[in-house]
Amino acid sequence: MDLYEYQAKELFARHGISVPPGQVAATPQEARSIAAELRAPVVIKAQVKTGGRGKAGGVRLAPGPSAAEDEARRILGMDIKGHTAHTVLVEKATGGFEEYYAAYLVDRADRTLLAMVSSEGGMDIEEVAATKPEALARMPIDAASGLDLETARLLASRAGLPEDVQDAVAATLVRLWEVLVEEDALLVEVNPLACTSDRRVLALDGKITLDANAAFRHDHAAFADGSDDGGLEARARAKHLNYVKLDGQVGVIGNGAGLVMSTLDVVAYAGERFDGVRPANFLDIGGGASAQVMADGLEIILSDPDVRAVLVNVFGGITACDAVANGIVTALEVLGEGARCPIVVRLDGNNAELGREILGDAGHPMVRVVTTMDGAAELVAELAAA
Amino acid sequence: MAIFLTKDSKVLIQGMTGAEGTRHTARMLAAGTDIVAGVTPGKGGQAVDFAERRVPVFGSVAEAMAETGADVSVVFVPPRFARGAVEEAVDAEIPLCVVITEGVPVHDTLRFWARARATGKTRIIGPNCPGLISPGQSSAGIIPADITSAGRIGLVSKSGTLTYQLMYELRDIGFSTAVGIGGDPVIGTTHIDALQAFQDDPGTDAIVMIGEIGGDAEERAAAYIEQHVTKPVVAYVAGFTAPEGKTMGHAGAIVSGSAGTAQAKKEALEKVGVRVGKTPSETARLMRDTVQTR
Repeated sequence: MDLYEYQAKELFARHGISVPPGQVAATPQEARSIAAELRAPVVIKAQVKTGGRGKAGGVRLAPGPSAAEDEARRILGMDIKGHTAHTVLVEKATGGFEEYYAAYLVDRADRTLLAMVSSEGGMDIEEVAATKPEALARMPIDAASGLDLETARLLASRAGLPEDVQDAVAATLVRLWEVLVEEDALLVEVNPLACTSDRRVLALDGKITLDANAAFRHDHAAFADGSDDGGLEARARAKHLNYVKLDGQVGVIGNGAGLVMSTLDVVAYAGERFDGVRPANFLDIGGGASAQVMADGLEIILSDPDVRAVLVNVFGGITACDAVANGIVTALEVLGEGARCPIVVRLDGNNAELGREILGDAGHPMVRVVTTMDGAAELVAELAAA
Repeated sequence: MAIFLTKDSKVLIQGMTGAEGTRHTARMLAAGTDIVAGVTPGKGGQAVDFAERRVPVFGSVAEAMAETGADVSVVFVPPRFARGAVEEAVDAEIPLCVVITEGVPVHDTLRFWARARATGKTRIIGPNCPGLISPGQSSAGIIPADITSAGRIGLVSKSGTLTYQLMYELRDIGFSTAVGIGGDPVIGTTHIDALQAFQDDPGTDAIVMIGEIGGDAEERAAAYIEQHVTKPVVAYVAGFTAPEGKTMGHAGAIVSGSAGTAQAKKEALEKVGVRVGKTPSETARLMRDTVQTR
């Protein structure tokens, strides 16, 4: 889960990292009153989970409350690379500072944590890596031993930071490491990490990605936000379904993440021949594929108004296809009139023929049984385009 | 022959007394796996009766290994206990630890992996994987044993059900070993590790590699294949239609910016002469052609 800047800064503050005083606002009036309370020039920043806000006009200076209100009005609702700014962060403007860069991330290839520190903050770090590699220190950090103050100092020095700020930056680097480990983050990035003329170090921006697998040991639920999918993803989450809304017309249910991803691809290929229909969602119902889970899954998919046909693609392994077929039959009974559009079912694996027989005998008017994945994709695309 | 797991492997199950552990232990036994012990802290001295045999339960991995000669562990404990369980297995220096558990926090995986790397004694497969099977010999995990047969194809995959699909489509040709390495961002055994083992295995003639969006493991595997693999490799990559920034079921299956796309992986593999199927069925066909023209 990616956090908004203001949420990242909340976590920074909890771990003793300085951030400029400020608050988040959802309306221009709120922005005005926050600016009034701060009694100083403020920065109004669009809260979107993407980069390039500055260039898009999503970050503006405001000398006082009425300017803050005007700027917030301009930014709220703004579209930045497909992300709508629903809130703005109003914070006290920081003057006169050097800009550095600090980040920790998971290095999937080396299966370790990676620290990156640079004296060139405020710009795209990939550009720094390409054009000024000597200004970027990269160091793998052992997950078992962690990052100590000494290593943090070494990082600051290798990144070419001025000597008189290295101690202060190193102390902040250690606190940022605590954020990474104690909050179970997969990414912590501060760009820019500012150092003021009086040698105070503060995080002017923040990007954090939290590990959803670690949710059980944190109180991070408050950070979750509803996305623009008509609430389908939230409803699916409530039923413990692994669902992602996409923009097509063919609903897809399968068991296993890889098989479902593959099904989406095969549907999209078939759709190229049928009006360009595309998959409407990703939904993995896992290995068990019980009647209740199947019914919940179908219910979510069929409540997506864009869906014109559904493909159920199950490989029967431990749960054999006869059990899956019985599950589908029961699920359709549960759905009743809710089964509003054609449902193509492809079963393969253990007892596949028995499973197909069960579906055939049930004779549901909306269900069509196809033996191969490619054939099922072809039929469902045709039905969705009709 | 096979890789990582053979008929001589002696398997212990961490978390055998839990519901999932018991269910899958029964299945592994039915598949012919030599399961010699269960490990559940605090339940040492007990035993669990299965159709094939009575399996003793020990309080620790070290004790179970000392008493039974176990050299493989399969981990079924819940996510919050996974790190402790794997670290215990690593400290006991078990040669192979297969972590089935889904939902292990990445920092926990990083820590038990760092420990395994430091000791250098334990291969870890997973987490969030279906395990591995050498058909006709042994199964360590949850891969259904009755969908395929023994043969000379090696398979390595990030995805469980796609593994099953390919094993099923090629069941008449059969497999030396199929390894599900898991869909997490950080995993113990990579595509490259399995490719290397299959290349060295005299019982494997050709290799199927299944990848998916996220990270650059497939690209690195392609570079490895170019340098080190002489056996034919056929590949499949899932997730061409996955949108940027969305996790598709597996924690590691995410396209970030322009990195981790299926297209880039396919291109990298094709560039080194690997034939990449457009669908799972086409991939099976490509492998069938490869084996039959040899």
